[in-house]
Amino acid sequence: MKKFAWILIFVLAFSLVLGACGELTETNEESGAPEAATEAAPEAATEAPAAPMEPFRVAVVMPSAINDLAFSQSMYDALLRVQEDMGGADAFEIVYSENMFVVDDAAAAIRDYASQGFDLVIAHGSQYGSSLQEIAPDFPDTSFAWGTTVDTFGQPNIFAYEAASQEGGYVNGVVAASLTTSDIMGVVGPIETGDAKLYVDGFKAGVLATNPDITVNVNYIGSFSDVALASEAATTHISAGADVLTGTAQMVVGAIGKAEEANVLWFGTQSNQTSLAPSIVVASQVYHWEVMLHEMIDLINSGTLGGQSFTANLANGGEVVEFNPDYALPADVQALADETIKGITDGTITITLP
Amino acid sequence: MITELLSTTVLIGILASGIRLATPYLYAAIGETFGQKSGVLNLGVEGQMLLGCFAAFYVALTTGNLWLGLLAAMIVGAAMGLAMAFVTVNLRAQQGISGIGFYLFGLGMSDLLFQRLMGTVETVKGFQRIYIPGLSDIPGIGEIFFNQNILVYGAYLLVPLAWFVLNKTTLGLKIRAVGENPDAADSLGVSVARVRYFTIILGGTLSGIAGASLSIALLNVFQQNMTSGLGFIAVALVYFGAWKPVGVLGGALLFSMVNSLQLWIQVLGIPVPSDIAVMMPYVLTILVLVATVSRVRAPSALTKPFERDD
Amino acid sequence: MRSRLSTLFDALLPVLATLAALAVGAVMLLLLKVNPVEAYGALWKGAFGSTNAFAETLVKATPLLLVALGICISFRGDVINIGGEGQMIIGAIMATWIGLIFTDAPGWLVITLALLAGFLGGAIWGGIPGVLKAYFNVNEILSTVMMNAIAVQLMNFLLRGPMIDPSQAELASKIPQTARLIDEFHLARLAPTRLHLGALIAVILAVLVYILLWRTTLGYRIRAVGQNPSASRYAGIKVPRYMVLALLLSGAFAGLAGAVQVYGVNYRMITDGSASGFTGSAGFNGIVAALFGQLHPLWSIPASILFGALLVGANSMQRVVQVPSALITVLNGLVVVFVVSSEIWRVRRQRRRLAAAKEDEAPPTPDQAKVQTEEAGQ
Repeated sequence: MKKFAWILIFVLAFSLVLGACGELTETNEESGAPEAATEAAPEAATEAPAAPMEPFRVAVVMPSAINDLAFSQSMYDALLRVQEDMGGADAFEIVYSENMFVVDDAAAAIRDYASQGFDLVIAHGSQYGSSLQEIAPDFPDTSFAWGTTVDTFGQPNIFAYEAASQEGGYVNGVVAASLTTSDIMGVVGPIETGDAKLYVDGFKAGVLATNPDITVNVNYIGSFSDVALASEAATTHISAGADVLTGTAQMVVGAIGKAEEANVLWFGTQSNQTSLAPSIVVASQVYHWEVMLHEMIDLINSGTLGGQSFTANLANGGEVVEFNPDYALPADVQALADETIKGITDGTITITLP
Repeated sequence: MITELLSTTVLIGILASGIRLATPYLYAAIGETFGQKSGVLNLGVEGQMLLGCFAAFYVALTTGNLWLGLLAAMIVGAAMGLAMAFVTVNLRAQQGISGIGFYLFGLGMSDLLFQRLMGTVETVKGFQRIYIPGLSDIPGIGEIFFNQNILVYGAYLLVPLAWFVLNKTTLGLKIRAVGENPDAADSLGVSVARVRYFTIILGGTLSGIAGASLSIALLNVFQQNMTSGLGFIAVALVYFGAWKPVGVLGGALLFSMVNSLQLWIQVLGIPVPSDIAVMMPYVLTILVLVATVSRVRAPSALTKPFERDD
Repeated sequence: MRSRLSTLFDALLPVLATLAALAVGAVMLLLLKVNPVEAYGALWKGAFGSTNAFAETLVKATPLLLVALGICISFRGDVINIGGEGQMIIGAIMATWIGLIFTDAPGWLVITLALLAGFLGGAIWGGIPGVLKAYFNVNEILSTVMMNAIAVQLMNFLLRGPMIDPSQAELASKIPQTARLIDEFHLARLAPTRLHLGALIAVILAVLVYILLWRTTLGYRIRAVGQNPSASRYAGIKVPRYMVLALLLSGAFAGLAGAVQVYGVNYRMITDGSASGFTGSAGFNGIVAALFGQLHPLWSIPASILFGALLVGANSMQRVVQVPSALITVLNGLVVVFVVSSEIWRVRRQRRRLAAAKEDEAPPTPDQAKVQTEEAGQ
């Protein structure tokens, strides 16, 4: 009897594991999920720029998931767009390591990809710079890209890229300032640094340039993953009277839900967040890294492996403010937005950050 | 600015969001209380919650039925509890460490399923706030207590229920006996294994509900690692509450309200660095415990596997 | 002869359990349409396939071992330290600070001071929960969980403010990192790989912790308090003091692990906002390594290497066969559960051996003393 119970439990425990996996395969076939299982067999390092006939091979190391609707996804989507432009997986091969939030593991991944002879190894996180500085000199024939930053460490094989996220933030801010009626806005951020800080400062600048009487309350919740706290921060803003919210990084998905519930407006950044709340997302600043990726690839193919830095901005199309077609933006506000974008593009508007 | 903290809007905001934020902690911590009362430390709560989060969300999304989602979360949580019980009761494995194993399993598995089955962050229309005519309209009080969703109310009903079961029923007596002196309980004919199986599976089920309360009631999204350490805080709150459901309630409310307070401090622009503000709930929880030096002892058999001397 | 075989079996038990977990993982790999042979081949190659790979494994194992040594002390004293993450962070901050202010001092001096500072930082961050437990009855699981969170926020605050790299402070992006330690302050490399002196330090310390636990009065008392606090009290041991010491020492080793990561691997502190971004979860994984090593400092060495190999190899496997990283986390969890579950067979065998040894009236060995500890814990 006792033995039977044991076996029963054992079977149950295993079926938990296997059952879960069973579900995995079911949709594996139907879902057109990015099957990047390209079996990157570690070929002997062909450390030369790709010959025209061979596929261009890119490896990317990212701090969060490729489907985070934020920073990492912006790069993965951009790579997929490049792949499409270049004629599919035969011409442009992508491999990736996601969730590499441990800097040391990311470093191992970067080194490994480099030694496998990839044409371009992208370190998509500002925290990876220090590791890249160590690794790049060991692989002089491999091209590296590091973002978001402007620093190439003076290395001939490192490209640097960054997003002028204050620009899209500014546009979002101008539009937001035209739509608010309570003159109070809320911002939810992760930690007060990097891309997040740039966007938030840009947003504030845009709001205040349009109407200096508006109060912009900012909340940094100290985490990139705490969805619950991000959502509560949004609720706090709403209680404080905010009728427009924005936020940056992947944990804001919780905040968007609260905005929708309370029917206050949301402005997104990094990836297009319209799908999460079609009724209240006004616009998202989206990074189109493919613009710089194309430039880098052209340079690599012509023998320049690095040493330059790129900034994605509104002028070069690396940043696009994507408006939600389902949100009825008043024509005058749309006009103001277009004017602001034009102003930033031609340099008549300059954004001063604190 | 400091005086603004005392305005009614802020106070109501803090209380209402404190009550809301405390919900997942309550489910998970009360479940953990049952486990610890019977002598089992489960550090895998976070993993159980994450799988519960995903199960509830995915089932609610595909079937459109929130109750089925909740049920799925309970089943998944219970299954995780069953596995935990087998490992700690039958195999007498070190409890803390197997909990960490189950945490990692839940963290990875929920993410894997999310990527394979959904692929991107989606939203679902979760349990809505319940409007109670009359009560919900009372200024202040209505906003704080009578404008929440069903899972929030469930969490607070769970507190007296858990107290009753633990202190006033034979089952509760057995649980406490097994946690204090398993040998004596065993000699009186109480099956230590059965009691522990019950409490661990119950704990898993409640952790599953805790996850569901996030993914289909409070936040209505699923994202990888969305609990972000909440399960570990829940375990800590059991110690804060000294293994009493009411104490757990106090701890959960304190932690949540201070968390809400720090959000307000930032919103009102009080010049405190954001990181320092974020620290507040953690620091205060410790300080409160220090100030109220308690002499309550852990259940004697906590973390000790039971084995008959034959 | 038989007993030697027995010991061998005990030593191999975690390995066998790991293989069993990987077998379950193989089923999952098959379901994900990945060839398990190819995948595990990549895992093996990534962990042991070349000098470089093995060096990476050892680099990964180093902080695990240091944390594990502390865990050996605290768990033997019956205090559960899950604050390794926070202790590593504070240790690393203190050590980094030393390296940033004494830029003119000789390398050996700064490194020594920095490692001591790391040790001290961890000791403080571990000692606080110790004092709280011993004198205020605040459970250490609660306080260490909370103090992990506090340490993370403190790190974020310091790295984006007072300790930020001066060159970053001028840029708009303001990456939250400290300045890079000058080359003279880096721990020496042991081979033309990333393997650094820290690994050697960790092994030496493992021997010292072994001596501490079984050859000194301090160690004896920590273990006595862990085994039976009331008996120890009657024997005149100041129980609270040894509780504090157990947690303090445990924290100190974690702090040292943090310092070694900065001086041996990263050469600066960077934060991504979370603890694991810096620690790589070594504060948690070290607990697992210590328990794989049966809470024995010397056994913790191979246990840390095994666990380090698994982590390094699994990441490499992710890259070669492009499985989701979440699968690696699942595998990791399965291995922990399987290994910890396999303990029962070892305990049973050891108990049988102990019974046999008693009959022979053999003098007790440290190994048996350990079994007695476990017996008392049953």
